[in-house]
Amino acid sequence: MARARTARGVRQIGDIMAKMNMIAALNSALEHQLLRDENVVIFGEDVGYFGGVFRVTAGLQTKFGAHRVFDSPLAEGGIAAIAMGMGLNGLRPVAEIQFADYIFPAYDQIVNEIAKLRHRSGGEFSTPVTFRTPAGGGIKGGHHHSQSPEAQFTHTPGLKVVYCSNPYNAKGLLTSAIESNDPVIFFEPKRCYRGPFYGDPHKVPTWNSHPDGEVPEEYYSIPLEEARLVMEGNSCTVISWGAMVHVAEQAIKDSGIDCDLIDLQTLVPWDRDAVVNSIKKTGRCVIVHEAPKTSGFGAEMSASIQERCFYHLEAPIIRVTGWDTPFPHTTEWDYLPSPQRIADAIKKTQEE
Amino acid sequence: MSDRKTAVTSPYVIGTAPFRPGDEADFGGKFTEQPNDLNRPDPAKCSADETIKHASGLVRVLNDNGEAEGEWIPDISVEQLITGLEYMMRLRIFDDRMMKMQRTGKLSFYMRSFGEEAVAIAQTMALQDNDWIFPSYRQPGAQFVRGRDMVSMICHCIGNTEDNVRGRQMPVHYTWKEGRFISISSPVGTQFSQAVGVAMASAYKGLDEACITWLGDGTSAQGDYHYALNFASTFKPPVILNVVNNQWAISTHQNLATGGRTFAERGLAYDIPSIRVDGNDFLALYSVTSWARERITAGLGPTHIEVYTYRAGAHSSSDDPSAYRPDDEFKCWPGGDPVERLKDYLIKSGNWDDKRHEKLEQKIDDEVMAAYKEACEFGDLASGPYPPASTIFTEVYETVPWHVQEQREELGK
Repeated sequence: MARARTARGVRQIGDIMAKMNMIAALNSALEHQLLRDENVVIFGEDVGYFGGVFRVTAGLQTKFGAHRVFDSPLAEGGIAAIAMGMGLNGLRPVAEIQFADYIFPAYDQIVNEIAKLRHRSGGEFSTPVTFRTPAGGGIKGGHHHSQSPEAQFTHTPGLKVVYCSNPYNAKGLLTSAIESNDPVIFFEPKRCYRGPFYGDPHKVPTWNSHPDGEVPEEYYSIPLEEARLVMEGNSCTVISWGAMVHVAEQAIKDSGIDCDLIDLQTLVPWDRDAVVNSIKKTGRCVIVHEAPKTSGFGAEMSASIQERCFYHLEAPIIRVTGWDTPFPHTTEWDYLPSPQRIADAIKKTQEE
Repeated sequence: MSDRKTAVTSPYVIGTAPFRPGDEADFGGKFTEQPNDLNRPDPAKCSADETIKHASGLVRVLNDNGEAEGEWIPDISVEQLITGLEYMMRLRIFDDRMMKMQRTGKLSFYMRSFGEEAVAIAQTMALQDNDWIFPSYRQPGAQFVRGRDMVSMICHCIGNTEDNVRGRQMPVHYTWKEGRFISISSPVGTQFSQAVGVAMASAYKGLDEACITWLGDGTSAQGDYHYALNFASTFKPPVILNVVNNQWAISTHQNLATGGRTFAERGLAYDIPSIRVDGNDFLALYSVTSWARERITAGLGPTHIEVYTYRAGAHSSSDDPSAYRPDDEFKCWPGGDPVERLKDYLIKSGNWDDKRHEKLEQKIDDEVMAAYKEACEFGDLASGPYPPASTIFTEVYETVPWHVQEQREELGK
C-alpha cells in the first residue's frame, strides 16, 4: 500500500510541482496520454470544442485535433459501443459519461460486451476502454446527478473499478486506467473537483491549500490495486473511497480516536494486503461510502474482512453509507454520511 | 410484402403475421419488382437522395426466368460464382450435420442459416480480405469465404478441448481473429454500433479497411441499431450496415418490428444511401455490397442495406416454427432458394450441370463428415473431454487478479 501522501515516497526531488485542482490534474493526465500514445482518443458529450461540462477536457481538442478529442452524439449506449469497436481495432479510447447517473443506457455494452470480450473470444480480442464519469453527491444534483453506482460495476467480472479522491491520485490513477489493457470504470467524485469535502457544506475549501493539490506537471502513474493510507492509527480501520475519504478524515479527527484511514482507490481488484494487515492491527472496522447500503461495495468489503480476519475482530464491522432511498435534492446533507455519523460509528467500535 | 391486413386495430394496432398454422401461405408467386426497375448510381458520387427508390424498391439481378438482367449485373467471374455456390452448399450441408449432432446430444444448441446462405457468403466475397466482419449468429458462412477450417468451427460448436474460445460461449458464437471475424455475442444488435467504432478506428489509422455488420428485422427495434445509424451518419466511417429482414424474429413477424415503410428507408432519414436487395439473389447481393465497398474506397463512408430474405428454418434448435407459421411457408417465398437460384443460373448460362453439382455435393458431404469425425476426437458434449476447468478463470483480465486466483485455488483444478 502506498503510504500517506505526506510520506511522499513516490516523489522525486526536482519534480516540478503545480497547484492543481482535480479537474486540472485529470486534464494533465489526459494530455500526457495523448502525447505518449497516438492511439489514445477521447470523446463523449460536450468534451470536444467546449472541453466538457466540468472542463476536464478543456483545451485538448485545440492541442490535439478534433480527430482525437471530439464531441459525440448524445447517446451513452452509442458512446460505449463505438468505444468497444475502436478498442478492439487497436485504439485506446477514453470515453466520458457526463454523469454516472447516465451510464445505464451504456450498461449492456459495458457489462455484456466490453467486460466479456477478452474472455468470450478466448483472448483473441480485447478492448482497453476507459470510462471516466463524475459521480457522487454534494452538488445539489438530486437523484439523477448524485448517484455513486460503483457497486453496479464491481459485480461484473472483466471490469476494473477505480474511484479517485484528490488531484494527486486522480492524475496517477487515470494514467494507469488508460494504460491498462483491461476496461476500467473510473469514477471522479464531482464534489471534490475543486476542493476536498469534509462534510460541512458551509465550509468549502479549495485544493489550493491542500498537500494533495500539489501535483507534478510531468507524467506519473499510481498502480491500480494499491490502496492509500491517509492516516495512521491503532484503534480502528476506516475504509472509504471517493469524496467520503475526506469526510471520514474529519470524522476521525472529531472522534479523537486514532485510526488507520484507508482510501481504497481501486475497488476491483482491491488491496487485500493493506486492508487485512490494518484490520489485524486494529481489530475494528468502519466502512464508509455514499452509495446505498444494500449490496453496496461495503457489503463486499465487510464479508471479505470477516472471512479473512474473523479471529482478529474485536467488534462488529459497521457500514456508514447513503440510505436505501433515491438520492434527495435539498436534503442531501441528511443523506450523505456525515462526520457525526462516522465518528459515532468509530466510537461504537471501541465499546465492545 | 408487408401484409398488415390481418392486424387487430382496436384499441390499438397489433401487427400479426400474414399466415398462421393452418393457413395456405401465398405471397403472390413472384416479386412485382424487376431487375430493370432500378439504376445503379455512381457509387463515388451517390447521395442518400439518389437511393430513395432503391430503399423502397428491390434490387434484383436474376429475373423471374433466372437470367441476369439490368444495371446491377456484377463484375464477377464464373469461377467466383461457382466458388460462391460451393460455399453455400457447404454451409447448408455443415448446418445439417451440426443439427444432427445437436439432436444426438453431441452439442448443446444450434442455429442454421437455412434459406439465408447467400447473405454472408455473397457479401463477404464482395469485400477485401482485410475488411472486418462483425456478424450476428446467422452469418457463419463468412468464415468459409475467409478459409476457416471446419474442424475448428465444429470444435467451437461442441465446446471441446480444441474450441478456440475454450467452451465459454454457446455454439455458433464464433470468434476468428485470423479471418478478421469478430467475436459473436448473444445480446442482439450490440455489434451494429460497435462496428461503427471498428470502422472509425480503421479510418483513424488511415487504412483502406471496411467493416461489415448485420442484424435482423426484429433487432432493428433495439437502440443499438439507431445508435449505429446516427453515429455512422455523423462520423461517416467505412461501415456497411445490413438489416437482414428474414421476416421472423423467433415467432414475431416483421410486421411487429415496424409500423410501416421498409427497413431500408429508415437509413434515408439518417442521410445514408440505403438499398433494399433480394437476399436470395446471390448476384444482386454481391453487386450491392461491391457498390457499398466502392463508396468506401471513394471515401464516402456508410451504406445501409436491407437484405430481403426469408428464414426458412427454425430460429434455433430450441424453436418450433410449426407453432406460429405454416410449415411450408418458405416454399412459396418469392425469393425462392438462394442455392437453387445460383445453381440454375450457372446451368442456364452453360457453366454448370447437375452431374457436377451432385459430385460437388458428395465431395462436400465427405469433407463435412471427415471434419465432424476429426472434431469429435477432441471431445463432444455428451462424453467430453471439455477444456480444463482452469480456463474459467483465465482471460477475464489480461492477468489473473488475486481474487480470481483465490477462487481458482478454491475450485482446486
